[in-house]
Amino acid sequence: MLACQEGETAAKAMEILVAIGKIFGAEKMVPVTSTQISGVSYETIGEAGLELLESFAKDGRVRIPSYLNPCGIDLERWREIGFSKEFAKKQSKIIDAYRKMGVELSLTCTPYLIGATPKRNEHVAWSESSAVVFANSVLGARTNRESGISALAAAIAGRTPYFGYHLNEERVASLLIDVKAKLRDVSDFGALGYYVGGVAKEKVPAFLGINERNLDKMKSLGAAMAASGGVALFFMKGVTPEWRVVGRPEKIEFTERELKETKESLSTSNESELIAIGCPHCSLDEIRELTKKVEGKKLTKKFWVFTSRKIKNEADRLGYTGVIENSGGKVICDTCMVVSPIEHLGIKKTATNSAKAAKYLASMRKQKVVFGSVDDLV
Amino acid sequence: MIINGRAISKGKAKGEVLLSRDEISFLGDVDPRTGVVVEKKLDAYRKSMAGKILVFPRGRGSTVGSYVLYQLKKNKKAPRAIINLEAETIVAVGAIISKIPMVDRLERNPLEFLKNGDIIKVDGDKGLVEVEK
Repeated sequence: MLACQEGETAAKAMEILVAIGKIFGAEKMVPVTSTQISGVSYETIGEAGLELLESFAKDGRVRIPSYLNPCGIDLERWREIGFSKEFAKKQSKIIDAYRKMGVELSLTCTPYLIGATPKRNEHVAWSESSAVVFANSVLGARTNRESGISALAAAIAGRTPYFGYHLNEERVASLLIDVKAKLRDVSDFGALGYYVGGVAKEKVPAFLGINERNLDKMKSLGAAMAASGGVALFFMKGVTPEWRVVGRPEKIEFTERELKETKESLSTSNESELIAIGCPHCSLDEIRELTKKVEGKKLTKKFWVFTSRKIKNEADRLGYTGVIENSGGKVICDTCMVVSPIEHLGIKKTATNSAKAAKYLASMRKQKVVFGSVDDLV
Repeated sequence: MIINGRAISKGKAKGEVLLSRDEISFLGDVDPRTGVVVEKKLDAYRKSMAGKILVFPRGRGSTVGSYVLYQLKKNKKAPRAIINLEAETIVAVGAIISKIPMVDRLERNPLEFLKNGDIIKVDGDKGLVEVEK
């Protein structure tokens, strides 16, 4: 492939993977069964990213199922929500380049909720950091934290360098978390993740004292750890198919005090103009829970629920979307509050139940943030 | 004199050395339109990397830095070649997608035996540097 038999982009993809393999001392390449590609929002990758993708799309084709991360707008409702025609045009060009390469236009950070569920020990190359944690820790699949470009290279080459979290010896706990606090909902799990990510950095945490299997809570926990730190894998009994704790790693406690302090630190405001739910993208269960909150009510502020197009289609059929939209809310697809430039819409204060979003709303979207549970916010 | 190293990004180039003893984050430290280093804390502040053989310890910062290298190349302001002490993925991937030859791990420390203005050749296929002295 390095000799250009399959075109310039395939050769370039392989050159990228070989270089990464060299840098990390990988002995070989390993075939992967799927990729998940970030670097989709025009807001993030800009003109240079668009040009690069268009040049890749000339002769680059993916050879395995590949899923796209959210982009900057809802591709169907951007006008109604208030985004400019120029931005939508640029965004569509990025989507077109990926479409041409054969990438599925899933536009979600939760591919595992719409059918991309690699099995235990299956090698994949995913790049959205929250999806990486979920794949490694809940599904038991194996992936490093890829960049958008390295995941696309893996999609085109069908393989990835064999190092890091592909190896047993790297999938070992290096920090124990003794959870003494009582965790009620996804926002509490997010706060736990946010605290642990800050302490763990790139270590592998193993949780003690949690008896919980709810996947939405795991999604929230992992996303927060990957945002405040570089966590790619955690262990939890009853959740993670593996449990590798060797010797006696350092142990920290997470008590009611750490829970309270973390939640307070994520809030920088008491009021909001927008309530944004769905970071990572909502599951069907989460949307159903939200309908119970808003059914028959008239909301006084913007209420946006972010999910994948596939989940929204289900929610449409079940009538959930109707309930939310009748209350004044919107169910928005293809994007999220982190990668969509909502500050351009004049929004300055946003409330969310996601610890990951609380961080990025403040740093990337210049928002004042209210962090709390759905019960607190709606 | 030939100094062996490791090939990271393919291609060959000859040009004038620009040294930076500081790590560089292409997102933020460099103006993609001009190739000029705009971060005051860097020793290469105000110098242009356009058309130079850029020698620095390693990259740092956001992965969007890879796209910035590509942007520099599109704007014809990219370095002609890159030498790192130890490559990391942001600059390595940026160099490959931009077709900028790149080597690292030279058997002698390039920050010691090279100086600004030296004319050298970089061979990103074989992973070596040729110095005319």
